[in-house]
Amino acid sequence: MSNTIPSDSVGIVTPQCIHFDEELSLRSGNVLSGFDLMIETYGELNTDKSNAILICHALSGDHHAAGYHDEEDAKPGWWDSCIGPGKPIDTNLFFVVSLNNLGGCAGSTGPASINPETGKYYGPDFPVVTVRDWVRSQVMLMDHLGISQWAAVVGGSLGGMQVLRWAISFPERLRHAVCIAAAPKLSAQNIAFNEVARHSIVNDPNFHEGRYLEAGTYPKQGLMLARMVGHITYLSDSAMREKFGRTITDLDSTGANFGRDLRTGKLSFGFNVDFQVESYLHYQGERFSENFDANTYLLMTKALDYFDPSVDYEGDFSAAFKKANCKFLLISFTTDWRFPPERSREIVNDLLKAGKEVTYLEIEADQGHDAFLLPIPRYINALSAYLKRVHAEGSADAS
Amino acid sequence: MRPDLEIIQQWIQPGSRVLDLGCGDGSLLHYLNTSKNVTSIGLEIDEGNIERCIANGVNVIEQNMDEGLGNFQPDSFDTVLLAQTLQALSNPHILINEMLRVGKYGIVTFPNFGNWKSRLYLALRGRMPVSKFMPNEWYDTPNIHFCTVTDFDALCRENNIKILTRTVVDSQHQGNWAMRAWPNFLGEIAIYHITRD
Repeated sequence: MSNTIPSDSVGIVTPQCIHFDEELSLRSGNVLSGFDLMIETYGELNTDKSNAILICHALSGDHHAAGYHDEEDAKPGWWDSCIGPGKPIDTNLFFVVSLNNLGGCAGSTGPASINPETGKYYGPDFPVVTVRDWVRSQVMLMDHLGISQWAAVVGGSLGGMQVLRWAISFPERLRHAVCIAAAPKLSAQNIAFNEVARHSIVNDPNFHEGRYLEAGTYPKQGLMLARMVGHITYLSDSAMREKFGRTITDLDSTGANFGRDLRTGKLSFGFNVDFQVESYLHYQGERFSENFDANTYLLMTKALDYFDPSVDYEGDFSAAFKKANCKFLLISFTTDWRFPPERSREIVNDLLKAGKEVTYLEIEADQGHDAFLLPIPRYINALSAYLKRVHAEGSADAS
Repeated sequence: MRPDLEIIQQWIQPGSRVLDLGCGDGSLLHYLNTSKNVTSIGLEIDEGNIERCIANGVNVIEQNMDEGLGNFQPDSFDTVLLAQTLQALSNPHILINEMLRVGKYGIVTFPNFGNWKSRLYLALRGRMPVSKFMPNEWYDTPNIHFCTVTDFDALCRENNIKILTRTVVDSQHQGNWAMRAWPNFLGEIAIYHITRD
């Protein structure tokens, strides 16, 4: 094995594609007749199959949560800081399952897949899927793997919403719900940002009403803009200042710091990219647009907008949580303004009202919403301690 | 286990629901969870303690009690505990009433400022008492609301709170007949079991 792969990594991992022949009736009333899910697994399933953890991904995530695909891979999976031997989601203790959700663009059936009925790309014809649909497809995956109950279902952001849906809809099939940097449902502001993103995609001249793949192109500008807007909401003001040097003293033109936030050290007096933050957003947008399907982006943001487990309970979240049978860990981050701590506290309070067992932490962190992906010591230690408890309870039950 | 906790645990019914305000490292709740099969939640703000609670398998919520218990439903717990924290609260009287809104029973323990040692210290030195048990200087202390056994009795009376049991012990958590006779003079730690009248 290459010496560039750290010892606390799960190492080289190989994704698997699992095909389901069964029909899946979707919330929208549409029916998918068979579909594929791309998954990765890390660690070993124990003999009584009691040590499995499901990882639910966020808006732009996929099945590649940890490790490397080959030795030349520059970056590990998106949650490598938390998954691996000796890490909080410890692959020495747990069998970890991570998937690309239905409608995704990393190998699971989605808008960029070929529709077997037409022989063409699904494109805009791929049905809108909801968090509830995802969780139902994850149940099918679980049955396929022969797992009757997850030790824990874990996710951040949109992944945390899937965790809540699991607890409500399939109470007997998980022991612990770990919901990080999430919200009980989106705020009007959250939906507004999603709509800006969607608007920029569908109005890109290369969108072709969603049939851009057939036209041999893609809405690059629209996707870039969508990602740039999204990226701003993932970072905090302080994290941006830190990263791009735009502190108050930098604004003092006589100060020694002048120009640190500038890309070339001087102003262009034109409408080109002057500041570091601008070139950073351009870079992020560009890279994202080359790797992500625009229809999937539309679909994922709709799933976020539609998420509201209280709709079946006249808006009462505590009533929705009544049926839940698992224990809960919730974590929020102080500078997260996308899903701020107040939103997590709403969930905590509704869980308390429903009489559930809850642990809640509010982690001091500068990084905004992105913090849930980063190795912040207090966060890592708490998650680690909690999952050790999950493991200890699992072994106690088995003995 | 701390001896005051030893006394407290006798008042907790097996299988009941317990809320511990300022639960520290969760050792009492861990004991109650395992030996009395209670369903419990602790509130704590110290990061180190929160992590120790999680390691102890105790449900803990990061929440500052001074902001109230408004997020807890009436009668959602059998017993609400407040051990050695009363003197550090901004509004002890509000929280005591909140405890008995959220729970049927309350258990409160606090250092008794009416103890003869405190009285003697103040009388002889003319300064705020500092001891092994209350080690902070007056200007730098989390303990902003010291009270005596007689003070707490009065607070209960004024708020229609019924005292089921009042015990005082010394710093070794031993009680004797003299302490029972002169609790406010001899008791160093007061332990109250209370309910709504």
